[in-house]
Amino acid sequence: MNGAPYERVKLARDSARPTGLDYIRKIFKGFIEMHGDRRYADDPAIVGGIAWLGERPVTVIAIEKGHMAKDRAYRNFGAPHPEGYRKALRLMKQAEKFGRPVICFVDTSGAYCGIGAEERGQGQAIAENLVEMSTLCVPIISVLIGEGGSGGALALAVADSVWMLENSVYSVISPEGCASILWKDSTKAETAAASLKLTAEDAKSLGVIERILSENDIGKKEFYDRIRNMLDDEIKELSLETDLLSKRYGRFRRIGITADSKEQL
Amino acid sequence: MALINFLKPKNQLEEGGRTAAPVQQDEGEPEKNCPNCHKDIPLSRLWANDLVCSCGYHFRMKARQRIKMIADRDSFNEMFREIRSGNPLGFPGYADKLETVAAASGEEEAVICGTADVGGQSCCLFVMESYFMMGSMGSAVGERITRLFEYATEHRLPVIGFTVSGGARMQEGLLSLMQMAKTSAAVKRHSDAGLLYIAVLTDPTTGGVTASFAMEADIILAEPGATVGFAGARVIEQTTRKTLPKEFQKAEFVLKHGFVDGIVARAGQKKLLCDLLKMHSRSVML
Repeated sequence: MNGAPYERVKLARDSARPTGLDYIRKIFKGFIEMHGDRRYADDPAIVGGIAWLGERPVTVIAIEKGHMAKDRAYRNFGAPHPEGYRKALRLMKQAEKFGRPVICFVDTSGAYCGIGAEERGQGQAIAENLVEMSTLCVPIISVLIGEGGSGGALALAVADSVWMLENSVYSVISPEGCASILWKDSTKAETAAASLKLTAEDAKSLGVIERILSENDIGKKEFYDRIRNMLDDEIKELSLETDLLSKRYGRFRRIGITADSKEQL
Repeated sequence: MALINFLKPKNQLEEGGRTAAPVQQDEGEPEKNCPNCHKDIPLSRLWANDLVCSCGYHFRMKARQRIKMIADRDSFNEMFREIRSGNPLGFPGYADKLETVAAASGEEEAVICGTADVGGQSCCLFVMESYFMMGSMGSAVGERITRLFEYATEHRLPVIGFTVSGGARMQEGLLSLMQMAKTSAAVKRHSDAGLLYIAVLTDPTTGGVTASFAMEADIILAEPGATVGFAGARVIEQTTRKTLPKEFQKAEFVLKHGFVDGIVARAGQKKLLCDLLKMHSRSVML
């Protein structure tokens, strides 16, 4: 922890880190995967379904990067297409219908940049998730476990409570992309990473996330047990909330600092 | 070739039933070269024709000129002007950039918001400004748009928005990203109140603005030839190592794939917006 921001970016991208499916398998019991967006296809970059969190059925959605080369390619390196976001929204709406909380695990360099993705409305798919999640009538918790790449990550993170692993990052653009656009020099990624304020501590001080999760025992049984307990506690608390949607609105409504804001960093 | 075909008004609605007034051309008057038909057009003719070439090519238009074109005379009442960008992350070069851009564009932010009458009907209007950091969305743009939708919800007014944006503003990092969620939530409340939102996508509408309020309207229109997409074409070429077709991410492409309701040339925009407002006004609903 507390390495230079660009080192944290590299850690967040490390293919040895646990991926979405690791969290699903080790935190929940009896996961049943549900496929497809019912409109075009099933996107292997997003895995979703129903599982038990202790005694409670929950809808779990995770962006999956894969570990080995073949699997990573199959998962499109965790870069979802519009159908992935639409599958996620379908499962969230289903969760709402049956009163199940939604838990998302986010790990993506960004929504996929490709011809098919544009043809099928990548921007529209993300926008629809932002709109619909803002009023989904069940508790939503999102955990950033690796890369939180821009709109592609936010499309699963309009939640009541957003957590980040201590070495995950959350950013509006990759440091390389930022350096190449602003300074026409992708080797200035280190400077960009520092300027973008993309670490978990930065996100917390900007009011963008609620909690930072320690990685001391990452991948061990205690690590997953701890997250399971935290999710359980948080869901219990959110389920008692009578004003869930106003609070969710307020949570995002507050974010932003302008020249006339009283608070400056 | 294909470009020229779809840029020409196809019907009276697109044409707006309006012909350009004959303009006296002074000798030695400055001209602008049209990137589509490559002809030189005298500036006075271009201005008289809402910055549209006779071949149908739409030049970029400043936000205030657009407001003049859409709002009834003297009806626009600007709001939230006091909300301006700071440099919340201390991003290198951003403070200077804001100053330079403000001086060059004469604007203080990348969106202008307010109330207006369009064909005698009240609405909230926002117009993004390409000359201010390519309409990028930081905290101030997000706050202005959010407040406008909240105002419109409270006063039960429809919203008309003209988008032009390179996306979220990098220099405000995560704060910019969060504006996508913030504005979307405000659009949803407006929508849930049964109110109308019409977006007109102009060149270019991309990134985080496409992935939020640009694509969230009840009715989405686009200007001919406008680039509309999520990822930038250059990024897609680098990612896929494929050459993109010429019409890729153009308004016609987006229409073909089902993501906008129609393409409307500038000359027809005001009339169409008036008609749409009228069809949604409470007085015609029984």
